[in-house]
Amino acid sequence: MEIPYTVAIRRDTGLTNGKIGIWLFLASEVMLFGALFASYILIRTGAPSWPRGDTMLNVPLATVNTIVLISSSVTMVMAWASLMRGRFETFRIYMGLTILCGLAFLVIKYFEYSAHFHEGALPSTNNFLAIYFTLTGLHGLHVMGGMAVNAYFWGPGAKLWKTNPTWFTNRVENAGLFWHFVDLVWIFLFPTLYLL
Amino acid sequence: MTDDHAAASMAGDHAVDIDKHVRVYITVFVSLMVLTGITVAVAQFHLPIHIAVTVALIVATIKGSLVACYFMHLISEKKLIYAVLGLTVFFFIALMTLPAFTVADGYWIH
Repeated sequence: MEIPYTVAIRRDTGLTNGKIGIWLFLASEVMLFGALFASYILIRTGAPSWPRGDTMLNVPLATVNTIVLISSSVTMVMAWASLMRGRFETFRIYMGLTILCGLAFLVIKYFEYSAHFHEGALPSTNNFLAIYFTLTGLHGLHVMGGMAVNAYFWGPGAKLWKTNPTWFTNRVENAGLFWHFVDLVWIFLFPTLYLL
Repeated sequence: MTDDHAAASMAGDHAVDIDKHVRVYITVFVSLMVLTGITVAVAQFHLPIHIAVTVALIVATIKGSLVACYFMHLISEKKLIYAVLGLTVFFFIALMTLPAFTVADGYWIH
């Protein structure tokens, strides 16, 4: 049976089912990260003292990661724009760059984590590190998830372009919405954890 | 209509609009880079914590809004999406307010 409203717009919602689905999912993600941000505020305001992020974390590396993730958001939206222009090969280049940016982000994060572990700074060391590893770890898992989806559309999933280009474009747009959300979370994590 | 023709037709319909979008994306990208620079530069001044938090959150909110409005196309989305996000924002604010109530209640007194 064919999946309904993947390309056609539903009259009652004015949207495809995929679009409303991804936004409902992102709404749940806002609450997931929101709960952790609320926990961070509660733990920080309740602590007799709290270290400044830049005394314990590597700000230059995190700044580079911010630039990498923002750049990946641009390449992601350009990948979608390429499909809207009917340029599949350009889409492949931009999507490939997005995946590489995601990989660069994770490699930099690996170096950051390795340095912490080498110094004996573990999640169990103090509340700051506990919430730092929880928030950045969960965010890192989201980067991995987004990369897996993007890699699917760059590789095997791209064959849909030949049979149903509009559906493929919609799917890439939905994957992009998730990727931009991951970027958006990092935009708030960076100053909160590293600079304050 | 063949599949290639369908793709070309779709591309033709949207090409002009997309060119405008691409120019906006590049402007937003440059703005996000500048704002990231401002965030890091302001942190070097070691301002009092309440001012530092205010400045950092204002800049992060501007950056987040740019990503949401232009990269996620929220600036021209359907009403149902706004309704879903309106509910999400309401509950998110409630969630962020809970720790403030705890502090106001005098629970955290050392």
